[in-house]
Amino acid sequence: MTTDAIHSRAPPGAPAARDPIHPIWVRVAHWINVVAMAVMIGSGWEIYNASPLFWFAFPPAITLGGWLAGALLWHFAAMWVLAVNGLVYLVLGIATGRFRHMLVPLRAADVLADAKRAFSGTLSHDDLSVYNAVQKLLYLGVLVAGVVMVLSGISIWKPVQLQELTRMFGGYDAARYVHFFAMAAIVGFLLVHVIMTLLVPKSLRAMIMGR
Amino acid sequence: MSRSRKGPGGVDARLLIKDAAGLLPDPARRAFLRGGASFGALALLSGCDIIDGSSAERALMQVSHFNDRVQAWLFRPDKLAPTYSDADVTRPFPFNGYYPEDDAPEVDGEDYKFLVGGLVENKKSWTLNELYALPQETQITRLVCVEGWSAIGKWTGAPLREFLRRVGADLRAKYVWFRCAEGYSTSIDMATALHPQTQMTFQFDGQTLPRKYGFPMRVRIPTKLGFKNPKYVMEMAVTDKYLGGYWEDQGYNWFSGN
Repeated sequence: MTTDAIHSRAPPGAPAARDPIHPIWVRVAHWINVVAMAVMIGSGWEIYNASPLFWFAFPPAITLGGWLAGALLWHFAAMWVLAVNGLVYLVLGIATGRFRHMLVPLRAADVLADAKRAFSGTLSHDDLSVYNAVQKLLYLGVLVAGVVMVLSGISIWKPVQLQELTRMFGGYDAARYVHFFAMAAIVGFLLVHVIMTLLVPKSLRAMIMGR
Repeated sequence: MSRSRKGPGGVDARLLIKDAAGLLPDPARRAFLRGGASFGALALLSGCDIIDGSSAERALMQVSHFNDRVQAWLFRPDKLAPTYSDADVTRPFPFNGYYPEDDAPEVDGEDYKFLVGGLVENKKSWTLNELYALPQETQITRLVCVEGWSAIGKWTGAPLREFLRRVGADLRAKYVWFRCAEGYSTSIDMATALHPQTQMTFQFDGQTLPRKYGFPMRVRIPTKLGFKNPKYVMEMAVTDKYLGGYWEDQGYNWFSGN
Protein backbone atom coordinates (compact mmCIF):
# COMPACT_ATOMS: atom_id res chain seq x y z
CA MET A 1 0.00 0.00 0.00
CA THR A 2 1.37 3.41 -0.81
CA THR A 3 0.89 6.68 0.99
CA ASP A 4 2.03 8.76 -1.96
CA ALA A 5 -1.49 9.71 -2.95
CA ILE A 6 -2.31 10.83 0.57
CA HIS A 7 0.83 12.95 0.96
CA SER A 8 0.80 14.36 -2.61
CA ARG A 9 0.92 18.16 -2.67
CA ALA A 10 -0.50 18.48 -6.20
CA PRO A 11 -3.32 21.03 -6.56
CA PRO A 12 -6.81 19.51 -6.94
CA GLY A 13 -7.61 18.58 -10.57
CA ALA A 14 -3.96 18.21 -11.55
CA PRO A 15 -2.26 14.81 -11.86
CA ALA A 16 -0.33 13.69 -8.77
CA ALA A 17 3.46 13.70 -8.96
CA ARG A 18 3.66 9.95 -9.62
CA ASP A 19 1.11 9.97 -12.45
CA PRO A 20 2.44 9.46 -15.98
CA ILE A 21 3.03 12.54 -18.11
CA HIS A 22 0.83 10.98 -20.79
CA PRO A 23 -1.93 8.72 -19.44
CA ILE A 24 -2.48 5.42 -21.21
CA TRP A 25 -5.52 6.67 -23.15
CA VAL A 26 -3.48 9.57 -24.57
CA ARG A 27 -0.72 7.22 -25.70
CA VAL A 28 -3.09 4.67 -27.25
CA ALA A 29 -5.06 7.38 -29.06
CA HIS A 30 -1.82 8.97 -30.23
CA TRP A 31 -0.37 5.89 -31.88
CA ILE A 32 -3.67 4.80 -33.41
CA ASN A 33 -3.82 8.30 -34.84
CA VAL A 34 -0.32 7.99 -36.29
CA VAL A 35 -1.38 4.98 -38.33
CA ALA A 36 -4.77 6.41 -39.28
CA MET A 37 -3.27 9.72 -40.38
CA ALA A 38 -0.52 8.03 -42.38
CA VAL A 39 -3.16 6.07 -44.31
CA MET A 40 -5.42 9.11 -44.76
CA ILE A 41 -2.59 11.32 -46.02
CA GLY A 42 -0.96 8.69 -48.24
CA SER A 43 -4.24 7.64 -49.82
CA GLY A 44 -5.38 11.25 -49.93
CA TRP A 45 -2.35 12.17 -52.01
CA GLU A 46 -3.15 9.37 -54.45
CA ILE A 47 -6.74 10.64 -54.72
CA TYR A 48 -5.41 14.17 -55.31
CA ASN A 49 -3.28 12.83 -58.16
CA ALA A 50 -6.42 11.66 -60.00
CA SER A 51 -7.42 15.30 -60.49
CA PRO A 52 -4.71 17.61 -59.15
CA LEU A 53 -5.72 21.04 -57.86
CA PHE A 54 -2.31 22.48 -58.71
CA TRP A 55 0.50 22.00 -61.19
CA PHE A 56 2.13 19.19 -59.21
CA ALA A 57 1.35 15.56 -58.35
CA PHE A 58 2.61 13.53 -55.40
CA PRO A 59 5.30 10.94 -56.26
CA PRO A 60 3.89 7.38 -56.27
CA ALA A 61 6.52 6.29 -53.75
CA ILE A 62 4.77 8.25 -51.01
CA THR A 63 1.17 7.54 -51.99
CA LEU A 64 -0.98 4.62 -50.89
CA GLY A 65 -3.32 2.47 -52.94
CA GLY A 66 -1.59 2.07 -56.29
CA TRP A 67 -4.46 3.60 -58.24
CA LEU A 68 -7.59 5.65 -57.53
CA ALA A 69 -9.79 2.68 -56.58
CA GLY A 70 -7.22 1.37 -54.10
CA ALA A 71 -6.65 4.82 -52.64
CA LEU A 72 -10.37 5.38 -52.15
CA LEU A 73 -10.74 2.01 -50.41
CA TRP A 74 -7.98 2.92 -47.95
CA HIS A 75 -9.29 6.47 -47.47
CA PHE A 76 -12.88 5.47 -46.71
CA ALA A 77 -11.73 2.70 -44.37
CA ALA A 78 -9.19 4.65 -42.33
CA MET A 79 -11.63 7.55 -41.99
CA TRP A 80 -13.60 5.44 -39.51
CA VAL A 81 -10.52 4.77 -37.39
CA LEU A 82 -9.54 8.42 -37.51
CA ALA A 83 -13.02 9.64 -36.61
CA VAL A 84 -13.79 7.18 -33.82
CA ASN A 85 -10.34 7.45 -32.28
CA GLY A 86 -10.40 11.23 -32.63
CA LEU A 87 -13.81 11.49 -31.04
CA VAL A 88 -12.79 9.29 -28.08
CA TYR A 89 -9.65 11.41 -27.63
CA LEU A 90 -11.61 14.69 -27.75
CA VAL A 91 -14.27 13.47 -25.32
CA LEU A 92 -11.71 12.13 -22.84
CA GLY A 93 -9.55 15.22 -23.23
CA ILE A 94 -12.46 17.40 -22.21
CA ALA A 95 -14.01 15.08 -19.62
CA THR A 96 -10.77 14.36 -17.73
CA GLY A 97 -9.82 18.04 -17.69
CA ARG A 98 -6.60 17.29 -19.56
CA PHE A 99 -7.16 19.89 -22.30
CA ARG A 100 -7.99 22.50 -19.67
CA HIS A 101 -4.87 21.57 -17.71
CA MET A 102 -2.39 21.24 -20.58
CA LEU A 103 -3.53 23.51 -23.40
CA VAL A 104 -4.96 26.61 -21.73
CA PRO A 105 -4.43 29.40 -21.01
CA LEU A 106 -2.79 30.36 -24.28
CA ARG A 107 -1.62 33.96 -24.47
CA ALA A 108 -0.16 35.68 -27.54
CA ALA A 109 2.59 37.29 -25.47
CA ASP A 110 3.66 33.86 -24.17
CA VAL A 111 3.70 32.46 -27.71
CA LEU A 112 5.95 35.26 -28.92
CA ALA A 113 8.28 34.95 -25.95
CA ASP A 114 8.56 31.16 -26.20
CA ALA A 115 8.99 31.32 -29.98
CA LYS A 116 11.91 33.69 -29.50
CA ARG A 117 13.44 31.31 -26.97
CA ALA A 118 12.84 28.36 -29.30
CA PHE A 119 14.70 29.97 -32.18
CA SER A 120 17.55 31.08 -29.94
CA GLY A 121 17.83 27.57 -28.53
CA THR A 122 17.00 28.62 -24.97
CA LEU A 123 13.55 27.07 -24.68
CA SER A 124 13.68 24.49 -21.88
CA HIS A 125 12.28 21.00 -22.32
CA ASP A 126 13.11 19.82 -18.79
CA ASP A 127 9.55 19.34 -17.60
CA LEU A 128 7.56 17.41 -20.19
CA SER A 129 4.42 17.62 -18.08
CA VAL A 130 4.07 21.34 -18.83
CA TYR A 131 3.63 22.51 -22.41
CA ASN A 132 5.28 25.76 -23.46
CA ALA A 133 3.16 28.32 -25.32
CA VAL A 134 4.41 27.26 -28.75
CA GLN A 135 3.43 23.67 -28.01
CA LYS A 136 0.00 24.76 -26.81
CA LEU A 137 -0.53 26.77 -29.98
CA LEU A 138 0.53 23.91 -32.26
CA TYR A 139 -1.43 21.23 -30.42
CA LEU A 140 -4.57 23.36 -30.36
CA GLY A 141 -3.95 24.27 -33.99
CA VAL A 142 -3.64 20.68 -35.16
CA LEU A 143 -6.84 19.79 -33.31
CA VAL A 144 -8.65 22.57 -35.18
CA ALA A 145 -7.03 21.52 -38.46
CA GLY A 146 -8.13 17.94 -37.81
CA VAL A 147 -11.75 18.98 -37.28
CA VAL A 148 -11.64 21.11 -40.46
CA MET A 149 -10.08 18.16 -42.28
CA VAL A 150 -12.90 15.82 -41.31
CA LEU A 151 -15.73 18.28 -41.93
CA SER A 152 -14.38 19.43 -45.30
CA GLY A 153 -13.81 15.81 -46.30
CA ILE A 154 -17.37 14.85 -45.43
CA SER A 155 -18.64 17.88 -47.37
CA ILE A 156 -16.78 16.70 -50.49
CA TRP A 157 -18.06 13.17 -49.99
CA LYS A 158 -21.71 14.25 -49.59
CA PRO A 159 -22.23 17.53 -51.47
CA VAL A 160 -25.93 16.67 -51.99
CA GLN A 161 -26.97 14.90 -48.78
CA LEU A 162 -24.98 17.40 -46.64
CA GLN A 163 -25.21 20.36 -49.04
CA GLU A 164 -25.60 22.83 -46.16
CA LEU A 165 -22.20 21.76 -44.82
CA THR A 166 -20.66 21.94 -48.29
CA ARG A 167 -22.10 25.43 -48.70
CA MET A 168 -20.43 26.47 -45.42
CA PHE A 169 -17.08 25.78 -47.07
CA GLY A 170 -18.02 27.84 -50.12
CA GLY A 171 -19.36 25.05 -52.31
CA TYR A 172 -17.92 21.80 -53.68
CA ASP A 173 -14.89 23.26 -55.48
CA ALA A 174 -13.90 25.50 -52.57
CA ALA A 175 -14.29 22.60 -50.12
CA ARG A 176 -11.67 20.65 -52.10
CA TYR A 177 -9.21 23.48 -51.56
CA VAL A 178 -10.08 23.73 -47.85
CA HIS A 179 -9.46 19.97 -47.56
CA PHE A 180 -6.09 20.37 -49.26
CA PHE A 181 -4.92 23.34 -47.17
CA ALA A 182 -5.97 21.70 -43.91
CA MET A 183 -3.87 18.71 -44.98
CA ALA A 184 -0.95 21.04 -45.71
CA ALA A 185 -1.29 22.57 -42.23
CA ILE A 186 -1.31 19.12 -40.65
CA VAL A 187 1.69 17.98 -42.67
CA GLY A 188 3.49 21.18 -41.64
CA PHE A 189 2.67 20.39 -38.02
CA LEU A 190 3.93 16.82 -38.47
CA LEU A 191 7.28 17.99 -39.77
CA VAL A 192 7.82 20.26 -36.76
CA HIS A 193 6.43 17.66 -34.36
CA VAL A 194 8.61 14.79 -35.59
CA ILE A 195 11.73 16.96 -35.70
CA MET A 196 11.09 18.08 -32.12
CA THR A 197 10.68 14.51 -30.86
CA LEU A 198 14.00 13.67 -32.48
CA LEU A 199 15.64 16.72 -30.88
CA VAL A 200 14.12 15.86 -27.47
CA PRO A 201 14.14 12.03 -27.46
CA LYS A 202 12.76 11.73 -23.94
CA SER A 203 9.49 13.14 -25.32
CA LEU A 204 9.18 10.15 -27.64
CA ARG A 205 9.84 7.83 -24.74
CA ALA A 206 7.21 9.60 -22.69
CA MET A 207 4.60 9.03 -25.42
CA ILE A 208 5.41 5.30 -25.34
CA MET A 209 6.18 4.63 -21.66
CA GLY A 210 4.14 7.43 -20.13
CA ARG A 211 7.06 9.24 -18.54
CA MET B 1 -8.14 6.52 -84.08
CA SER B 2 -10.27 3.66 -85.41
CA ARG B 3 -13.95 3.81 -84.69
CA SER B 4 -15.83 1.18 -82.81
CA ARG B 5 -17.40 -1.43 -85.06
CA LYS B 6 -20.31 -2.05 -82.81
CA GLY B 7 -23.96 -2.83 -83.28
CA PRO B 8 -26.40 -2.28 -80.47
CA GLY B 9 -25.77 -4.59 -77.53
CA GLY B 10 -22.72 -6.79 -77.00
CA VAL B 11 -19.18 -5.97 -76.11
CA ASP B 12 -16.44 -4.49 -78.22
CA ALA B 13 -13.45 -6.76 -77.75
CA ARG B 14 -10.98 -4.16 -78.97
CA LEU B 15 -12.12 -1.61 -76.41
CA LEU B 16 -11.96 -4.17 -73.64
CA ILE B 17 -8.43 -5.16 -74.58
CA LYS B 18 -7.35 -1.52 -74.70
CA ASP B 19 -8.91 -0.86 -71.37
CA ALA B 20 -7.41 -3.99 -69.82
CA ALA B 21 -3.97 -2.94 -70.97
CA GLY B 22 -4.20 0.61 -69.79
CA LEU B 23 -6.46 0.81 -66.88
CA LEU B 24 -6.97 -2.40 -65.04
CA PRO B 25 -4.66 -3.38 -62.20
CA ASP B 26 -1.72 -5.67 -62.99
CA PRO B 27 -3.43 -8.44 -65.02
CA ALA B 28 -1.13 -10.98 -63.41
CA ARG B 29 -2.72 -10.23 -60.03
CA ARG B 30 -6.15 -8.88 -60.98
CA ALA B 31 -6.27 -7.37 -57.53
CA PHE B 32 -7.79 -4.07 -56.46
CA LEU B 33 -4.69 -2.93 -54.65
CA ARG B 34 -1.45 -2.19 -56.42
CA GLY B 35 2.01 -1.05 -55.69
CA GLY B 36 2.42 -2.33 -52.14
CA ALA B 37 6.08 -1.42 -52.15
CA SER B 38 5.17 2.16 -52.94
CA PHE B 39 4.41 3.06 -49.35
CA GLY B 40 7.84 3.01 -47.73
CA ALA B 41 7.37 2.70 -43.99
CA LEU B 42 4.59 0.12 -44.01
CA ALA B 43 6.51 -1.98 -46.52
CA LEU B 44 9.06 -2.52 -43.77
CA LEU B 45 6.52 -4.68 -41.94
CA SER B 46 8.06 -7.74 -43.56
CA GLY B 47 5.99 -10.84 -43.18
CA CYS B 48 2.91 -8.79 -42.37
CA ASP B 49 1.99 -8.26 -46.02
CA ILE B 50 -0.49 -5.63 -44.94
CA ILE B 51 -0.67 -3.63 -48.14
CA ASP B 52 -0.49 -6.34 -50.74
CA GLY B 53 -2.37 -9.51 -50.28
CA SER B 54 -5.92 -10.63 -50.66
CA SER B 55 -6.74 -10.34 -46.95
CA ALA B 56 -6.15 -6.59 -46.98
CA GLU B 57 -8.23 -6.34 -50.12
CA ARG B 58 -11.05 -8.42 -48.63
CA ALA B 59 -11.06 -6.30 -45.47
CA LEU B 60 -11.16 -3.07 -47.44
CA MET B 61 -13.99 -4.36 -49.64
CA GLN B 62 -15.94 -5.33 -46.53
CA VAL B 63 -15.59 -1.77 -45.26
CA SER B 64 -16.74 -0.56 -48.68
CA HIS B 65 -19.86 -2.73 -48.35
CA PHE B 66 -20.41 -1.30 -44.87
CA ASN B 67 -20.08 2.17 -46.37
CA ASP B 68 -22.83 1.22 -48.85
CA ARG B 69 -25.16 0.68 -45.90
CA VAL B 70 -24.11 3.92 -44.23
CA GLN B 71 -24.72 5.84 -47.46
CA ALA B 72 -28.12 4.21 -47.94
CA TRP B 73 -28.99 5.35 -44.42
CA LEU B 74 -27.74 8.90 -45.18
CA PHE B 75 -29.71 9.10 -48.43
CA ARG B 76 -32.85 11.20 -48.18
CA PRO B 77 -35.37 10.48 -50.97
CA ASP B 78 -36.69 14.05 -50.87
CA LYS B 79 -33.34 15.84 -50.73
CA LEU B 80 -32.74 17.51 -54.09
CA ALA B 81 -29.32 18.10 -55.55
CA PRO B 82 -28.57 21.83 -55.78
CA THR B 83 -29.59 23.38 -59.09
CA TYR B 84 -27.93 26.19 -61.00
CA SER B 85 -28.66 28.76 -63.67
CA ASP B 86 -27.93 28.45 -67.39
CA ALA B 87 -24.99 30.82 -67.01
CA ASP B 88 -23.35 28.34 -64.61
CA VAL B 89 -23.20 25.53 -67.17
CA THR B 90 -19.64 24.39 -67.87
CA ARG B 91 -19.05 25.08 -71.55
CA PRO B 92 -17.42 23.16 -73.12
CA PHE B 93 -18.61 20.27 -70.96
CA PRO B 94 -15.84 17.69 -70.59
CA PHE B 95 -15.92 14.30 -72.31
CA ASN B 96 -14.95 11.50 -69.94
CA GLY B 97 -14.66 7.78 -70.41
CA TYR B 98 -12.26 4.88 -70.12
CA TYR B 99 -11.48 5.21 -73.82
CA PRO B 100 -10.68 8.23 -75.98
CA GLU B 101 -13.56 10.24 -77.45
CA ASP B 102 -12.99 8.80 -80.95
CA ASP B 103 -13.69 5.32 -79.60
CA ALA B 104 -17.03 6.24 -78.04
CA PRO B 105 -19.84 3.99 -79.29
CA GLU B 106 -21.84 5.16 -82.29
CA VAL B 107 -25.37 3.95 -81.75
CA ASP B 108 -27.82 4.02 -84.66
CA GLY B 109 -30.88 5.91 -83.42
CA GLU B 110 -33.10 4.47 -86.16
CA ASP B 111 -32.42 0.86 -85.20
CA TYR B 112 -32.29 1.57 -81.47
CA LYS B 113 -34.50 -0.50 -79.21
CA PHE B 114 -34.32 0.15 -75.47
CA LEU B 115 -34.76 -3.23 -73.78
CA VAL B 116 -36.68 -3.49 -70.49
CA GLY B 117 -36.52 -6.62 -68.37
CA GLY B 118 -36.46 -8.20 -64.94
CA LEU B 119 -39.15 -7.55 -62.33
CA VAL B 120 -41.47 -5.47 -64.56
CA GLU B 121 -44.96 -6.17 -65.91
CA ASN B 122 -44.43 -4.76 -69.40
CA LYS B 123 -41.24 -5.95 -71.11
CA LYS B 124 -41.89 -4.33 -74.48
CA SER B 125 -38.88 -2.58 -75.98
CA TRP B 126 -38.96 1.17 -76.74
CA THR B 127 -37.93 3.07 -79.85
CA LEU B 128 -36.34 6.49 -79.54
CA ASN B 129 -39.47 8.23 -80.76
CA GLU B 130 -41.55 6.44 -78.14
CA LEU B 131 -39.09 7.51 -75.45
CA TYR B 132 -39.00 11.09 -76.74
CA ALA B 133 -42.81 11.20 -76.38
CA LEU B 134 -42.55 10.76 -72.61
CA PRO B 135 -43.03 13.90 -70.49
CA GLN B 136 -39.64 15.54 -70.02
CA GLU B 137 -37.95 17.80 -67.47
CA THR B 138 -34.74 19.82 -67.50
CA GLN B 139 -32.20 19.98 -64.71
CA ILE B 140 -29.05 22.07 -64.34
CA THR B 141 -27.00 20.19 -61.78
CA ARG B 142 -23.40 19.42 -60.85
CA LEU B 143 -21.81 16.21 -62.11
CA VAL B 144 -19.12 15.09 -59.65
CA CYS B 145 -16.52 12.63 -60.92
CA VAL B 146 -14.93 10.03 -58.64
CA GLU B 147 -11.62 11.60 -59.66
CA GLY B 148 -12.61 14.77 -57.78
CA TRP B 149 -13.41 17.26 -60.54
CA SER B 150 -16.92 18.41 -61.29
CA ALA B 151 -18.82 20.19 -64.06
CA ILE B 152 -22.28 21.76 -64.24
CA GLY B 153 -24.47 20.51 -67.07
CA LYS B 154 -28.00 20.82 -68.39
CA TRP B 155 -29.79 17.52 -68.93
CA THR B 156 -33.31 17.07 -70.32
CA GLY B 157 -35.26 13.83 -70.18
CA ALA B 158 -37.93 11.70 -68.60
CA PRO B 159 -37.87 11.01 -64.85
CA LEU B 160 -36.88 7.37 -64.37
CA ARG B 161 -39.44 6.87 -61.60
CA GLU B 162 -42.27 7.76 -63.98
CA PHE B 163 -40.91 5.27 -66.51
CA LEU B 164 -40.62 2.57 -63.85
CA ARG B 165 -44.26 3.12 -62.90
CA ARG B 166 -45.30 3.08 -66.54
CA VAL B 167 -43.71 -0.34 -67.19
CA GLY B 168 -45.13 -1.75 -63.96
CA ALA B 169 -41.79 -2.22 -62.25
CA ASP B 170 -41.76 -3.85 -58.82
CA LEU B 171 -40.80 -0.77 -56.79
CA ARG B 172 -39.96 -2.94 -53.80
CA ALA B 173 -37.16 -4.60 -55.76
CA LYS B 174 -33.64 -3.72 -54.65
CA TYR B 175 -31.81 -2.71 -57.82
CA VAL B 176 -32.09 -1.20 -61.26
CA TRP B 177 -29.33 -2.29 -63.65
CA PHE B 178 -28.21 -0.72 -66.91
CA ARG B 179 -26.20 -2.16 -69.79
CA CYS B 180 -24.47 0.11 -72.31
CA ALA B 181 -23.47 -0.17 -75.95
CA GLU B 182 -19.75 -0.73 -75.37
CA GLY B 183 -20.21 -3.23 -72.54
CA TYR B 184 -20.23 -0.76 -69.68
CA SER B 185 -22.75 -1.44 -66.94
CA THR B 186 -23.83 -0.18 -63.57
CA SER B 187 -26.60 -0.78 -61.07
CA ILE B 188 -28.28 1.49 -58.55
CA ASP B 189 -30.45 1.11 -55.48
CA MET B 190 -34.22 1.43 -55.98
CA ALA B 191 -34.43 4.42 -53.62
CA THR B 192 -32.10 6.39 -55.90
CA ALA B 193 -33.93 5.15 -59.02
CA LEU B 194 -37.10 6.69 -57.58
CA HIS B 195 -35.45 10.01 -56.70
CA PRO B 196 -37.17 12.90 -58.51
CA GLN B 197 -33.97 14.03 -60.24
CA THR B 198 -32.98 10.60 -61.59
CA GLN B 199 -33.54 10.99 -65.30
CA MET B 200 -33.50 9.09 -68.61
CA THR B 201 -31.68 11.83 -70.48
CA PHE B 202 -32.20 12.50 -74.19
CA GLN B 203 -30.88 16.07 -74.52
CA PHE B 204 -27.83 17.91 -73.32
CA ASP B 205 -27.69 21.71 -73.15
CA GLY B 206 -30.82 22.00 -75.25
CA GLN B 207 -29.63 19.72 -78.10
CA THR B 208 -30.16 16.06 -78.83
CA LEU B 209 -27.69 14.19 -76.61
CA PRO B 210 -24.52 14.08 -78.70
CA ARG B 211 -22.40 10.97 -79.10
CA LYS B 212 -19.74 12.23 -76.71
CA TYR B 213 -22.26 12.67 -73.88
CA GLY B 214 -24.04 9.36 -74.38
CA PHE B 215 -26.36 9.24 -77.43
CA PRO B 216 -29.06 8.02 -77.48
CA MET B 217 -29.67 7.89 -73.74
CA ARG B 218 -27.81 8.61 -70.52
CA VAL B 219 -29.18 7.94 -67.07
CA ARG B 220 -28.47 11.14 -65.17
CA ILE B 221 -28.27 10.69 -61.38
CA PRO B 222 -27.14 13.91 -59.63
CA THR B 223 -27.22 12.08 -56.28
CA LYS B 224 -24.40 9.76 -57.41
CA LEU B 225 -20.89 10.08 -58.81
CA GLY B 226 -20.44 10.38 -62.58
CA PHE B 227 -19.47 6.77 -63.24
CA LYS B 228 -22.89 5.76 -61.89
CA ASN B 229 -24.52 7.91 -64.63
CA PRO B 230 -24.27 5.43 -67.55
CA LYS B 231 -24.09 6.58 -71.16
CA TYR B 232 -25.17 4.76 -74.38
CA VAL B 233 -27.77 2.86 -72.35
CA MET B 234 -29.23 -0.06 -74.31
CA GLU B 235 -31.01 -2.09 -71.67
CA MET B 236 -32.49 -1.83 -68.19
CA ALA B 237 -33.46 -4.53 -65.72
CA VAL B 238 -35.16 -4.37 -62.33
CA THR B 239 -33.67 -7.04 -60.10
CA ASP B 240 -33.31 -8.29 -56.54
CA LYS B 241 -29.93 -9.73 -57.50
CA TYR B 242 -26.80 -7.63 -57.06
CA LEU B 243 -25.20 -7.22 -60.48
CA GLY B 244 -22.39 -4.78 -59.68
CA GLY B 245 -21.03 -2.80 -62.58
CA TYR B 246 -17.96 -2.11 -64.70
CA TRP B 247 -16.06 0.01 -62.18
CA GLU B 248 -17.73 -1.42 -59.08
CA ASP B 249 -16.42 -4.89 -59.92
CA GLN B 250 -12.91 -3.43 -59.98
CA GLY B 251 -13.08 -2.02 -56.47
CA TYR B 252 -14.91 1.28 -56.73
CA ASN B 253 -17.63 1.77 -54.13
CA TRP B 254 -21.01 0.56 -55.38
CA PHE B 255 -23.36 3.10 -53.73
CA SER B 256 -21.12 6.12 -54.54
CA GLY B 257 -23.75 8.58 -53.42
CA ASN B 258 -23.31 12.32 -53.36
